Amino acid sequence: MSWVIFAIVFWAMGYWANYKLANGAHSQSRLVKLAVPVIFGVTIIAVWEGLVRGLNVPHVILPPPSSIAERFASSLDILWVDFVQTFVKGALSGYLIGCGSAFIIAVLIDRSPFLQRGLLPVGNFIAALPIVGTAPILVMWFGFDWQSKAAVVVAMVFFPMLVNTVQGLAATDKMQRDLMATYSASYWQSLFKLRLPAAMPAVFNGLKIATTLALIGAIVAEFFGSPIKGMGFRISTEVGKLGLDMVWAEISVAALAGSAFYGVVAIIEKGVTFWHPSQRG
Amino acid sequence: MRSILPILAVVSAIVLLWYGAAVSMNSKWAQDQAKRADVELSFSELVADTWSQERPRLPAPHQVVSELWKSTGEMALKGRAFSKRSLIFHGWITLSATMLGFVIGTGAGILLAVGIVHYRVMDMSVMPWAIASQTIPILAIAPMIIVVLNSIGVQGLVPKAIISAYLSFFPVVVGMVKGLRSPSMDQLDLLRTYSAGVNATFWKLRLPSSMPYLFTSLKIGMAASLVGAIVGELPTGAIRGLGARMLTGSYYGQTIQIWSALFAAAILAAVLVGIIGLIERSTLKRMGMSQ
Repeated sequence: MSWVIFAIVFWAMGYWANYKLANGAHSQSRLVKLAVPVIFGVTIIAVWEGLVRGLNVPHVILPPPSSIAERFASSLDILWVDFVQTFVKGALSGYLIGCGSAFIIAVLIDRSPFLQRGLLPVGNFIAALPIVGTAPILVMWFGFDWQSKAAVVVAMVFFPMLVNTVQGLAATDKMQRDLMATYSASYWQSLFKLRLPAAMPAVFNGLKIATTLALIGAIVAEFFGSPIKGMGFRISTEVGKLGLDMVWAEISVAALAGSAFYGVVAIIEKGVTFWHPSQRG
Repeated sequence: MRSILPILAVVSAIVLLWYGAAVSMNSKWAQDQAKRADVELSFSELVADTWSQERPRLPAPHQVVSELWKSTGEMALKGRAFSKRSLIFHGWITLSATMLGFVIGTGAGILLAVGIVHYRVMDMSVMPWAIASQTIPILAIAPMIIVVLNSIGVQGLVPKAIISAYLSFFPVVVGMVKGLRSPSMDQLDLLRTYSAGVNATFWKLRLPSSMPYLFTSLKIGMAASLVGAIVGELPTGAIRGLGARMLTGSYYGQTIQIWSALFAAAILAAVLVGIIGLIERSTLKRMGMSQ
């Protein structure tokens, strides 16, 4: 019972603190903007811990955060092996191949307005389809190891990346292109000096969308068969063994890896597209 | 309409590539069979064989289409549209989970967005997490939700719908917050000069001007819901639904079955997103917001 009271009191305190901060005089300062979501997150975790302990929720339904953290710390080696298998080998290689080939193909088809008009609607259409469904087929083709996961990732990131790059390459306006023409710039000069730099905001938009898709693809593909390591494999087997603390530890790794991956791409974007209005604010 | 020709060209190029790939991927099996039977295959025989194998590595498009027709239209004509061998039945199972999850997820998402727009505390504490959650592969939680709910006795439609709901939830929150904030300062000031309250501002300004954003996020949410329902059918050894068809197909090497289930899912997604698109077009037209 005392745990439940602890949870309620902690919730009230967290809410009060956030209310004061959000409606206080310094609500626009960076520190407060950072502190409020952190307090919210800590409150959620504390309430979770308190309620799970206080109401005696069985660990096979929802383990408390403390035991997840314990499990996380005690099985770092397994988590690392899974991380390398799923993220570095599966997701990252597929991401590089998929985004790279989509980028190159987008630059190629950009020379032909006919292909552009044809590929854009088709690419948009395919990008909205449930591509994860190709996972069983690709696992059958490329075997159980990371190659099949990379293939699923390639299939998932290719079209969003293609569509974004093609749209980005069309982002220059007529005046700018005319200016390049008055400089008598060749196709390649105007591509590298004008159109590729102007395409970068859209390209990075595609790259950022693809980070999440890559991780999802790599993890879900492992549900269809995997060597005895990998985040998706561990999640599906530990769920079967009702080792939910391990599942949650694995999910935290996925969450950390996902946000870090996105963060790295966002930092690179900041460096490359420093001139764009959305980065200056 | 001038883009119909290019689209057709691209689609037929894809189909051609597909037929070519079917030849090269299935030829090994055909050659092995021929060697065992001690016959020499001519090129045309080889091509014919690779396009009509029973368990090809890559089924040819017409095989997938005929399997699709066999398991939908033909069954319906025989009056057995809802027998367990029909894709209409499996599609319906997946569709019902998708729709339930979509309604829950978008409903909750819109409500949270309304809260975020009106209360600073909620905005500052929840919004960063909603944005961060977009970078997290939340689909990984799917097997756990299925098994945990199963262990407390909830099975069938609801667990899949929950997965669909949380997948569609966050995109809708982020999109709707953007939409409800889209009125300009001038417009908000004008309503203040009318001494309009929070309520009137919401119904007469914020909600109408959020419509384009609403439909965009509904489309994303719908596609995400369908993916959620399909993935939700994978880990439990479910025997019904499009995801289950893919899984059993991959167990028994029935490639044509996997491909037809995949195409059924794709068609379902296209139809659902298309319906939202139609509603979007007519709504925005009547509101005078379409270009």
